[in-house]
Amino acid sequence: MSSLYRNSLALLLAVAALSACEREERQSRGKPLGETVPASVSPDTIFPQTGKLPPLHPRAAAYERNASAIAEGQRLYSWMNCAGCHSHGGGGMGVALMDGKWRYGGRIDQIVASIAEGRPNGMPAWRDRLTEQQMWQIAAYVRTLSGQAPKDAVSARTDEMSGTPPATQTRREPTRPADSDQQ
Amino acid sequence: MNRRIAAVAIAGALLASCNGVQNVMGGDGAESANFIRLFTLFMVLCTIMYLIVVAALLAALWRRRRSGLTVDDRRHHQISPIVRPALIAWTALVVTGLTVLTVASFFIDRSNAATASKPAIHMTVTANQWWWDVEYNLPDVSKTLRTANEIHLPVNVPVHVTLKSNDVIHSFWIPNLAGKQDLIPGRLTDVLLLARKTGLYRGQCAEFCGVQHAQMALDVTVESKRDFERWYSAQLATAKPPATPLQRAGYRYFTTRECAACHNISGTPASGQVAPDLTHLASRRSIAAGALPMNKGNLYGWVADPQSQKPGNHMPTVGLEPNELHGLIAYLETLK
Amino acid sequence: MNAAEKAKAPPIKVPRDGPRLTGDALKAKLAKTWGNPPGFVGWLSSVDHKDIGRRYIVTALTFLALGGVLALVMRLQLSKPDNDLVGAARFSELFTMHGTTMMFLFAVPVMQGLQIYLTPLMIGTRNTAFPRLNAFSYWTYLAGGCLLWVAFVLNIGPDIGWFAYPPLSGPQYGVGKRTDIWAQMVTFTEVAALAAAVSLTATILKQRAPGMTLARMPLFVWATLVTSLMIIFSMPSVALASGLLLSDRLVGTHFYNPAERGDALLWQHLFWFFGHPEVYIIFLPATGFVSEIVATFSRRTIVHYPIVVLALVGTGILAFGLWVHHMFATGLPRIGYSFYTAASIAVSVPTGLQIFCWIATLWEGRPRLDVPLLYVIGFIITFVIGGLTGVMIAAVPLDLQLHDTYFIVAHFHYVLIGGAVFPLLGAITYWYPKFTGTMMSDRFGKISFWMIFLGFQLAFFPMHIAGINGMPRRVYTYPAGMGLELPNLLSSIGSMIVAAAVLLFVVNMVKSYSFGRKAEANPWGGSSLEWDTACPPERYNFAHIPVVESRTPLWDAGEKMPVAHGLRVEDREVLLTTVMSAEPDVREPSAEPSIWPFVSAVAVSIMFICSIFSPWAVLIGAVPATVALIAWFWPKSPEPDAEPTIS
Repeated sequence: MSSLYRNSLALLLAVAALSACEREERQSRGKPLGETVPASVSPDTIFPQTGKLPPLHPRAAAYERNASAIAEGQRLYSWMNCAGCHSHGGGGMGVALMDGKWRYGGRIDQIVASIAEGRPNGMPAWRDRLTEQQMWQIAAYVRTLSGQAPKDAVSARTDEMSGTPPATQTRREPTRPADSDQQ
Repeated sequence: MNRRIAAVAIAGALLASCNGVQNVMGGDGAESANFIRLFTLFMVLCTIMYLIVVAALLAALWRRRRSGLTVDDRRHHQISPIVRPALIAWTALVVTGLTVLTVASFFIDRSNAATASKPAIHMTVTANQWWWDVEYNLPDVSKTLRTANEIHLPVNVPVHVTLKSNDVIHSFWIPNLAGKQDLIPGRLTDVLLLARKTGLYRGQCAEFCGVQHAQMALDVTVESKRDFERWYSAQLATAKPPATPLQRAGYRYFTTRECAACHNISGTPASGQVAPDLTHLASRRSIAAGALPMNKGNLYGWVADPQSQKPGNHMPTVGLEPNELHGLIAYLETLK
Repeated sequence: MNAAEKAKAPPIKVPRDGPRLTGDALKAKLAKTWGNPPGFVGWLSSVDHKDIGRRYIVTALTFLALGGVLALVMRLQLSKPDNDLVGAARFSELFTMHGTTMMFLFAVPVMQGLQIYLTPLMIGTRNTAFPRLNAFSYWTYLAGGCLLWVAFVLNIGPDIGWFAYPPLSGPQYGVGKRTDIWAQMVTFTEVAALAAAVSLTATILKQRAPGMTLARMPLFVWATLVTSLMIIFSMPSVALASGLLLSDRLVGTHFYNPAERGDALLWQHLFWFFGHPEVYIIFLPATGFVSEIVATFSRRTIVHYPIVVLALVGTGILAFGLWVHHMFATGLPRIGYSFYTAASIAVSVPTGLQIFCWIATLWEGRPRLDVPLLYVIGFIITFVIGGLTGVMIAAVPLDLQLHDTYFIVAHFHYVLIGGAVFPLLGAITYWYPKFTGTMMSDRFGKISFWMIFLGFQLAFFPMHIAGINGMPRRVYTYPAGMGLELPNLLSSIGSMIVAAAVLLFVVNMVKSYSFGRKAEANPWGGSSLEWDTACPPERYNFAHIPVVESRTPLWDAGEKMPVAHGLRVEDREVLLTTVMSAEPDVREPSAEPSIWPFVSAVAVSIMFICSIFSPWAVLIGAVPATVALIAWFWPKSPEPDAEPTIS
């Protein structure tokens, strides 16, 4: 094998390996205490359009692109009856999660803050009701509802009745702040 | 006579290991007793067939000292006259033996189906990854009992169990009592149990259902009718309120923090439906679907870090402070 | 030239074998025509069935070793209760990879490899039908195996069992791409097996030597014919099942989603409709090996040849009517189950007849206890136990207790190792001089045999007890106090002995290649045509195509075997004969070496692998695959002196 061939093969394998490892890591125990949303203080995760967002916490990637985190989030979404208000992303009593409109921010750490703190008009506060790991998992799943997650980490459908296009074929919605008169 | 000795020897060798709580030779239920009968018949006939084959093989090899019908004598196409009758006899023997076995199997199958044809108790068992949701469905709906990972049965009473699954395919198997049935999402299957001997048994999931398939067992208690009714009424009672300050602290944590999101304790605000019902946790023989025997140390270990005992299961490691843990365990131990 | 001019032109002299071209001059011309082009590209372009067969066998034995190492790790984990050598998730990967490797990457390919190598030699022709398709099948198989193992090494290997039941393997619970890699590997190996099966069927039906009627074919060739037809009928079922699974997982169809009127049991039916014939696809070639070895080492023909043939055909047909016995616990109607019990018990009758015929042959002959025959004896002693436990679990009341326990693990290892691997090792020892020209060491052969035979009994007999004591399958650990410690410890020790024995066998194979005793022309005194060629055979197999007049041509005609003349020597040409009576029919050109099967396999592999990640890959990947196939099938210009029929 020529060295060029060998080197490019090695590079390809390395890339494949790196990209694969993240997706296929199996999570069991999350960090038990003190994730990025500490219990006592709510950091400001809401920024006006002119503000600069701080960089994403490194933990985010571990959840966003991880297939088992998204799968567990999918289960928790169903178990915690998120669908009761949000349906399977289409919204109802709660806001739609499939569109690109995020009143309190659509980045994963902003979604975790919304889940933990609760939001006006009915979103309950789940801090202390779910562990940090579970909230991050749900947030990772919520991100897939608007097509944000990499398509190889999501599952195409759940084993339930389905009214939405498969998640692997969902187009990525560009994230933008919600209009104030929209609920 | 030799056959009987052989049967006893074989049965003895196998039964010697059958004092187990999860053993197909246990024979503690009607269906499993039928199993032993049929298995013994099969073992006897199959052993005889095997010994005939091996004896013929060894005789054929031993006989090689005499000259045979080979190419060296240009007789490699010839066959001795005894072969054809031997073939017919062998075929007849095999076909007869297999027919006997098939017919016996058929009759035992019918007997099993008829065993618990008039069930007195109806139950529903729903399998989840990796625990058993057990519900007793009596005609009086107000007396429905929901528990998890354990079953009590009255002896000599036919019980019908409807089997469902909430996620993937599992299999419900209590070898001492009966054969297994799969629990398949989207379908209803059922199994009929008729326990004949009191005792403590163990069942286990027998269809690969994910990473913790190996630790999905259930405790089975077969007791007299009176003991069963006593157990049942005790289980119907709601949980006792906490008495000591430590128990109250545990109760407060349980009902206001993470636990209540998933678990149910009847008589308290904790009414999560997606995890095992804990109303009478302390009366059970094991924790975590048979993974750990019930005792204080195991309770501590499990609640503090479920992921170390059963990595990958859906109960998260919460990261409890020591005082919270003490309170919780103190409270959980009152749930008899 | 137009037709009229052609008719008037003087006949062109085409070099052919025959009275005027014989001996070394003939052999030199044939060697040149049937040889490979030089260099690495020539090596990749080979369409010689012997090359392809050898590659299949070496690759399959490599996968056997890899799968065996996984088994050793599993046995170490299970050697004591509550062990923590291997975690739960990793253990799931181990048993999935072990089963998948053994069933898809070892058992069927090694049998096909031996079939591809031996069939043309046994029926007296120079190559298989469709040689390039054969080459394509090997490269596709290799690509599928590499896909699976590279994924495993990169920690994205499948973990849902070799049978991958949904919903566990479905989109919701089969998380990530692991299951997709498994399902696509199935597609690879199924395409490869089908291609080889088609080639072998055509070869056996049309390319037998003149005079070799179906009633004079060696029994191994009969087994190959039945197996290839079984592959053609059963493989599409698993390809469909895995295709539907990939579709569910990639684009969200609902084939296995009960909430949208799919059914989890659909998978089981489709999979087991393939899965049950699969085990006979593995077993029947092994019975072919046994028939050949028993005949040669008893120094006589198999007693009641027609019975053995009918048993092979009968087993092949009956095997398709049994698959529901894998589903006895799924709650299907009980009256239906009774049918499958009866059918599953009935399928043992033809095999019982074969066993009678083999033992009768040993009885009538003068058996020589050489290593291949030792393996046959080990086979009979071991396989019959597995067959009888199979009869037990065919009965529904027994199966409902024993299903998915270690009793089943014991059963299928008895029939697969006892029934297929033992004959395979005997066959490799038997045909080794044919493949390589040297003999395997007799002493090491006997030591390996006794080690593997006794080690196997120690490893797998206690599993019956473990199953009876309540140990389910696919568990990474078990609690103490259930009577499982001793059987598991014994199994673990036995598995080490088996591994050492297989290692010794492989060392014997490798060492004998360079240092073995040189083999004479027909070292075992066999009766079938493959022993009439050199050891190893020349590229062209036979200098003259033999004409066969009995079932044992080398024993009956020997030196004075009649041959057929008239095939070309400067182009590749084989003789086709009629299906039933094997009369010479057509001279058929045989494909030249070509790089296009390799290129097509690469193009198709890339298409399959990329389609794991996106459905567009099927469309885009079809383009290079089509280009490669067009290049492959590009018609050759017609020979100016073509003569379509025998004069």
